[in-house]
Amino acid sequence: MQEVNWIALSIFVLLFGLITWLGFAAARWRRGDLDLLHEWGLGGRRFGTLITWFLVGGDVYTAYTFIAVPALAFGAGAVAFFAVPYTIVIYPFLFLVFPRLWNVCRKHGYITAGDFVRGRFGNRWLALAIALTGIVATMPYIALQLVGIQVVVGALGISGTGLGADLPLIIAFGVLAAFTYSSGLRAPASIAIVKDILIYITAFAAIIVIPIELGGFGKIFAAVPPAKLLLPVPGPNTTGAYGSYATLALGSALALFLYPHSMTGILSASSGHAIRRNAAMLPGYSFMLGLLALFGFFAIAADVGHLPEYAAGFKQFGNNFAVPALLLHSFPSWFVGIAFAAIGIGALVPAAIMSIAAANLYTRNIHREFINRNPTDRQESQNAKWVSLLVKVGALVFILFVPTQYAIQLQLLGGIWIIQTLPAVMLGVYTRWFNDWALLLGWAAGIFAGTSMAIAVNLKPAYPLALGGYTFPGYIAVYTVVLNLVIAVLLTPLFNALSAKQAPADQTAVADYFA
Amino acid sequence: MPDAKKMTDAKLKPGRWNWWYLLFLVQFVAVLWPPFYNSVEPRWIGIPFFYWYQMLWVVISALVTAVIYFATDD
Repeated sequence: MQEVNWIALSIFVLLFGLITWLGFAAARWRRGDLDLLHEWGLGGRRFGTLITWFLVGGDVYTAYTFIAVPALAFGAGAVAFFAVPYTIVIYPFLFLVFPRLWNVCRKHGYITAGDFVRGRFGNRWLALAIALTGIVATMPYIALQLVGIQVVVGALGISGTGLGADLPLIIAFGVLAAFTYSSGLRAPASIAIVKDILIYITAFAAIIVIPIELGGFGKIFAAVPPAKLLLPVPGPNTTGAYGSYATLALGSALALFLYPHSMTGILSASSGHAIRRNAAMLPGYSFMLGLLALFGFFAIAADVGHLPEYAAGFKQFGNNFAVPALLLHSFPSWFVGIAFAAIGIGALVPAAIMSIAAANLYTRNIHREFINRNPTDRQESQNAKWVSLLVKVGALVFILFVPTQYAIQLQLLGGIWIIQTLPAVMLGVYTRWFNDWALLLGWAAGIFAGTSMAIAVNLKPAYPLALGGYTFPGYIAVYTVVLNLVIAVLLTPLFNALSAKQAPADQTAVADYFA
Repeated sequence: MPDAKKMTDAKLKPGRWNWWYLLFLVQFVAVLWPPFYNSVEPRWIGIPFFYWYQMLWVVISALVTAVIYFATDD
């Protein structure tokens, strides 16, 4: 590995120290009683438009995204750009569905998607399914954030053997765990502001400086092999790469705001208006993500993959090393320090929110429902704080002892699983028409079919669906959520007719969904 | 009593269906149909069409959302 880059390392450590202090100081920001779960786990629902923008932006555009999307462009080319239509089609859903969800959640004190489903459909087993799906889908996502930290720490030249090699990661995680425990959601919210400013500085500096260094965009794209520059045109009787590109974008968009950490970010907003305004403002991050995807091509043009000084890094981290190598190659050490800190801190923000979200789910929809039905407020928030610690330790152990490839595959499956909560959560916001047991069976069918299809194609996202001589390769999440919906729709009238009992009462009223 | 409730619902503006929302469909069609944009030409400052077209739609979609926000919010 290359030598330790002392200037970059000093700036990295300095910025890390700053956000550590900020994370603990955040406990006193917009002060609330942290012994209440909605104060610890949702920041008291007091974040206005701008803080929500930083928080949700830092939450859904994660450090792993910033490493993996350009890495995919570097390795596979045009297909990596699906991240752009993906982040375009998200926002109509955010605009239409989530202000309603926010209103009903505030009115009834719901903190998780499971709480809402429990109240709406009156079925604790359905709520349990929602909660478990959320927790299981989130765990590998947290683990992947650690990969982001690992890559930049490696790129700073810090290497070692055994425990020494993992020490920086363990320290970073200890810091993360401590400030999340003490400050709750206020910690990632305040850190997100610093992190996002650093990321924007890095992205805009790179998009101006690197093309000049490389002789313009014309030269950069000329260096990209023609086969990688566009999607391959589909052959006869198949929708080919077009189908998988579009369904990947659509399915990822539908799944994104069902993830517990996105839900937590959105529910912590101070009003439905703040959420709507963010639907117009969050594309600022999408634009940056598009720029970052182009970095993969910059890395091809700069030929960092063949420079001897980065060979060890590529050997250890694969294509994920493309962006760090490009930054090292193109910028002075002090700026590399800022850029790497942005990525490293960028991993802590979503990791903190994810662990809080998983803790909220466990506390509300598993512990309170099945173990202790009448906790005091203090017991409830204490419970969540411990679970958030446990979740992080689990993710750390996973990344230290299990090959990264498994975390990536589990995260892929997580996307297919989480989308199965769409009928109960997103459609539930609009209608109580569905039978609760029909929703549960639809969910189970979606999970089972999705997992089987993913295994059948060796854990790739796209499945080649064959229908009457035509092949439609597409994102498994989209195919299986359709199956889920069909089953829920068909079984609802059947179950309603068979059941002698009245459907469980809906806690929510029509007016609860409006401001 | 149910009538009074219905009346308040009808008066509540956000969350109610509004024809402006149909404008959202434009961006779905524009970016989820790759045959529209899977080409190198026309380039813009050396960037192939595939890339600058989708980046441009990030900006357009944000503007469209802003228009819908102002048109549907009081």
